[in-house]
Amino acid sequence: MIEVENLTLARGGAAVLRDLTFRIPARGITAVIGPNGAGKSTLLHTLAGLMRPDAGSVTIAGTDIHRAREDERALILSLLTQSAGTVPRLNVRDLVGFGRWPHHRGRPTQADARLTDEVLERFDLTDLGGREVEELSGGQKQRAFLAMAYAQATPWMLLDEPLAALDPKYTRDIMERLRAIASDPDDPRGVVLVLHDLSIAADHADWCVALKDGRLHCAGPWRDSMTSDRLSALYDTPLRMVSVEGRTVVMDT
Amino acid sequence: MALGGLLVLAVALFLLWGLRAPVAFILSLRSEKLAALVLVGAATGAATVIFQTIAANRLLTPGIVGFDALFIFIQTTLVMILGGVGYADLPETPKFLAEAAGLTAAAMALFGVLFRKGAEDVIRMILTGVILGALLRGLAEFVQRLLDPSEFAVVQQASIASFNSVDEGQLGIAAVVLVLALLAAWRLAPALDVAGLGRAKARTLGLPHDRLVLAALGIVALLVSVSTALVGPITFLGLLAASLAHAALRDFRHTVLIPAAALIGASILVAGQAVFERVLGLQSALAIVVEFAGGLLFLALVLARRRT
Repeated sequence: MIEVENLTLARGGAAVLRDLTFRIPARGITAVIGPNGAGKSTLLHTLAGLMRPDAGSVTIAGTDIHRAREDERALILSLLTQSAGTVPRLNVRDLVGFGRWPHHRGRPTQADARLTDEVLERFDLTDLGGREVEELSGGQKQRAFLAMAYAQATPWMLLDEPLAALDPKYTRDIMERLRAIASDPDDPRGVVLVLHDLSIAADHADWCVALKDGRLHCAGPWRDSMTSDRLSALYDTPLRMVSVEGRTVVMDT
Repeated sequence: MALGGLLVLAVALFLLWGLRAPVAFILSLRSEKLAALVLVGAATGAATVIFQTIAANRLLTPGIVGFDALFIFIQTTLVMILGGVGYADLPETPKFLAEAAGLTAAAMALFGVLFRKGAEDVIRMILTGVILGALLRGLAEFVQRLLDPSEFAVVQQASIASFNSVDEGQLGIAAVVLVLALLAAWRLAPALDVAGLGRAKARTLGLPHDRLVLAALGIVALLVSVSTALVGPITFLGLLAASLAHAALRDFRHTVLIPAAALIGASILVAGQAVFERVLGLQSALAIVVEFAGGLLFLALVLARRRT
């Protein structure tokens, strides 16, 4: 469970997040949506403890994120940022292995190596293990970074626009993997991601947090809380949710 | 490892080339110089690798962001205040200690200004460093105009690295400090690998990033300051050693990069000094030889760079 209470944050004198209060249940995929500049990335970074709020609190799995130390936070949540840079000469296996850092802090054990191999296998990266991360295509790179976040073995995974600049094949690939991660019966993780494609959100999200101008527009189960009217009001443009071949598609009208 | 062999070879070359009676005397003389060369080379190489990781840039060195200018400025100011004779009369060991401490503090202040927002803002950092360097150099030159010619000669002597006049007592102190700093650097190595991923990534992996940067910069400041106070500034040695280490190892792990850069730095200085003493007959300065080669390499690196 993620509990956000009265979260307020200003940057350079301008309010970015205004008095947000909502909850995200422990299971499933949560989509953070809203127009450009609504504060979605800021919210995610604040949930991850990378930005300090001016007021309010974030409690994840019972821990106050902004009172916890960095090493404690790293065992509760992982964050996939936008524009994830890398280092020359770093190969895929080493990158995924970095996900184990919070557990071994520089002294990897046999168990860490085994877990890294399992994660590579799960993400179909075994064959790419020796390749330099910088040489991969955008889609492969994103999959490698996702595998790294997964290897961190945290109950929560936060992803900031993981689908940015991906083609349909990799978009589908990433979303299916996230679905599998969120509903894994042995090791379910809470997945929170910032999404721009509303059809994908409608198709995959169990829960939704919608922001507009740093305020909470609505939060709750996607099915109950999202309607065509709400989406139109959120984006200030006429939008309609329609059912096509049993799936929900969001289109402008 | 091959690099260790390289250093042994360079050391043998330096110690044994043109050796003649009295063997024992020459060997003891040379080994003292050798110790200084190895220490300074290793410290400079290791410091540059760490600095480049923190700066997330393979072309930056502590020297390029204004460290050398700082050293020359301090020397010039000292001569200005004390006069040429007063400067020369300063007791060697206390002067060395004060210089090393002063430089470390000033370097921490300089790096602190540069890295206040982390390495995210590289352009701002480079510009600030270059401008601060230009400012310090300008100030030093201004003060030099006010000096009389003999005092100016003293400043010039102090501004070029020299291994010919290393004091035994200073060497001992420097050795202890540098070896400790190198060990500390090596202990930080795994954390530096993570820091290389960038601030956000490192923090989500549970690395206290800002504290690590502070510690790493402290070590860099100590390594560079103590070697500079010992022999004087050598601008391009660090760049040369770090680039060669990256090129030779093709690896990202600092547990191997730091020792490699240290070995290469030491080898370059020892071999350079051997060539310079025996071939060029002391007719210039080692620093000038190293900077000539290093300057060429730097140009080649900048021109050959396709990405970032």
